[in-house]
Amino acid sequence: MNGLTSPANNPGRIVVRAEEVWKSYEDGAIRVLNGVDFEAAEGQTIALCGPSGCGKSTLLHLFGGLDDPDRGRITVNGTELNGHRSPLRLLRREVGFVFQLHNLIPDLTLEENCLIPTVAAGIDRKTARARLLQLTERTGVSHRLDQRIQKLSGGERQRTALCRALMNKPRILLADEPTGSLDEKTSSIVFELLLDLVATEGITMVMATHDRALAQRCDRLVEMRDGRVHEPESV
Amino acid sequence: MIFFKLILTNLRRHRIRTFISIAGVAFSVAAMLTVVTVLQGAIGMFSGILSSDSEIIVFERNVSDLFFSNVPAAAVQEVTSWPMVLHADPVLFGVVSSAEHPIITCFGVTPSDARIRKATWLKGNPGDFAQHSDDVVLGERAAEFLVASLGSHVQIGNGTFHVIGILKTANGFEDGGVFMPLGTAQTFFHKEGSSSVITIKLRNKDDATAFKNLVKLEYPNLIGLEDTEFTRSYSQFKILKATAWAVGGCGLLLGGLGVANTMIMSVFTRIREIAIVRVNGFSNLQIAGMIFGESALVSVFGALLGLLIGSCFLFALKFIPALHGYVDVTIEPVVVLIVIVLAFLTGIAGALYPATYAMRIRPVEALRFE
Repeated sequence: MNGLTSPANNPGRIVVRAEEVWKSYEDGAIRVLNGVDFEAAEGQTIALCGPSGCGKSTLLHLFGGLDDPDRGRITVNGTELNGHRSPLRLLRREVGFVFQLHNLIPDLTLEENCLIPTVAAGIDRKTARARLLQLTERTGVSHRLDQRIQKLSGGERQRTALCRALMNKPRILLADEPTGSLDEKTSSIVFELLLDLVATEGITMVMATHDRALAQRCDRLVEMRDGRVHEPESV
Repeated sequence: MIFFKLILTNLRRHRIRTFISIAGVAFSVAAMLTVVTVLQGAIGMFSGILSSDSEIIVFERNVSDLFFSNVPAAAVQEVTSWPMVLHADPVLFGVVSSAEHPIITCFGVTPSDARIRKATWLKGNPGDFAQHSDDVVLGERAAEFLVASLGSHVQIGNGTFHVIGILKTANGFEDGGVFMPLGTAQTFFHKEGSSSVITIKLRNKDDATAFKNLVKLEYPNLIGLEDTEFTRSYSQFKILKATAWAVGGCGLLLGGLGVANTMIMSVFTRIREIAIVRVNGFSNLQIAGMIFGESALVSVFGALLGLLIGSCFLFALKFIPALHGYVDVTIEPVVVLIVIVLAFLTGIAGALYPATYAMRIRPVEALRFE
């Protein structure tokens, strides 16, 4: 692990916070989060580990404004999301997402997929293109800009997803099993790239993963169990 | 550009569906254009008959159809003597049938009528008109379908008439009609001493209002209307226009339902894609814009294709001998504009529900399952 730290021993500005957050599905029949308290300081990389269904992805969705908690408070970069009409729009420049299944639009090219967040944010084409070239150079897919997604390998697709997530220079990256669909070797390469980009750009990353080896390369490892988070000391 | 590509991508992805939707709108637009243009043309031609070398039409007040109008000969004589009137021509309309033609329009006119004086006489001499009570002049088309020539006798209704001339006119009704001396027509149609209308040519057009007021004062059961007023207010024309737009509108509504169906399918099949762009920051407005944009493209392409098909169809009508001269297929720009706007609005209306549905898609649920 790159130095296991908590907000207490790395007192940066808190950019992601969950306070006593509860979430359930199917009218309360499936309880996923049971009073979660969580904080992430600026620039930290945090791995959320735990078995399937423990609430890792749900917590990421709440941080990204994709879903609302039943109870409790979510604050991202100083903005409270609870009750906000359009948290996704609010966070479009603050938060980037990377999913396990990359979620790219297959009929568009690599370049067009990456430019989608800039269209949403109203960033001018010249600025967007400069950023695109910078990111694709760094992730090694700049030679595939005009290729459709179907023609890209799994690794290239996930690199593209990574580029897209970082296009608007977000302060926070939410990654849900970002290398879960890749083989071991490619997974390691993509994750190394992810850490490198996050570190260079000073981004806070919260990542859900099953992979303990990857998790231990983050600044913090948080275990999720029974709908609650446990710092390693208490595991 | 990316936004536009997102719209185009879905249309290209489902080419057959897109084509069917465009074709649906196109045929609706073509039907609307054809029906409206043909009826507008028919109305224009009928108006043309009445406004031939005249500015005002006088007819019986509150009649549903000019064929039922009775204007007494005394009124014709009186109006003719008014100083503001250059000439007043009584015209009697009648409809008869012949062996193979259920409808032949007859015009009872005087020799001084512009229809006789100013027409192109293919055969015969205008000076011979109304010399004998059984004389008739045929329009070129009427001469064709009655298989008549100069000097021959033709059976019209219950009477046999002597053809003393054949004339050519651009107006389909006149070209397919029979011109009789007014007195002959009055006897033939049992309307002795009356005509259907008087067409009035004024010495000075500015006297139109004074003339109409005078008609109202002297003949309360008659009404004088300027040609444009008549075209606007004549109930038969109103019914025809309303029918044309209603029939065309129904066609367009069907096209709109097709667009709505297409757009609903479009949204249902791209829920995941909508969720992806939403996660990447697209607002409700941008999501709706994608759906409305797609619908608008289908509608506009459909409208353009429909205009092309409709124009070709109208052009082809000109070459059908039976319709020769009866169908004025001049497409008015305002009709084209209305049809395009209606098609566009129908497309937008068809996308309302799909766009609302798309805006309500929750990305967290849409992305949960592959």
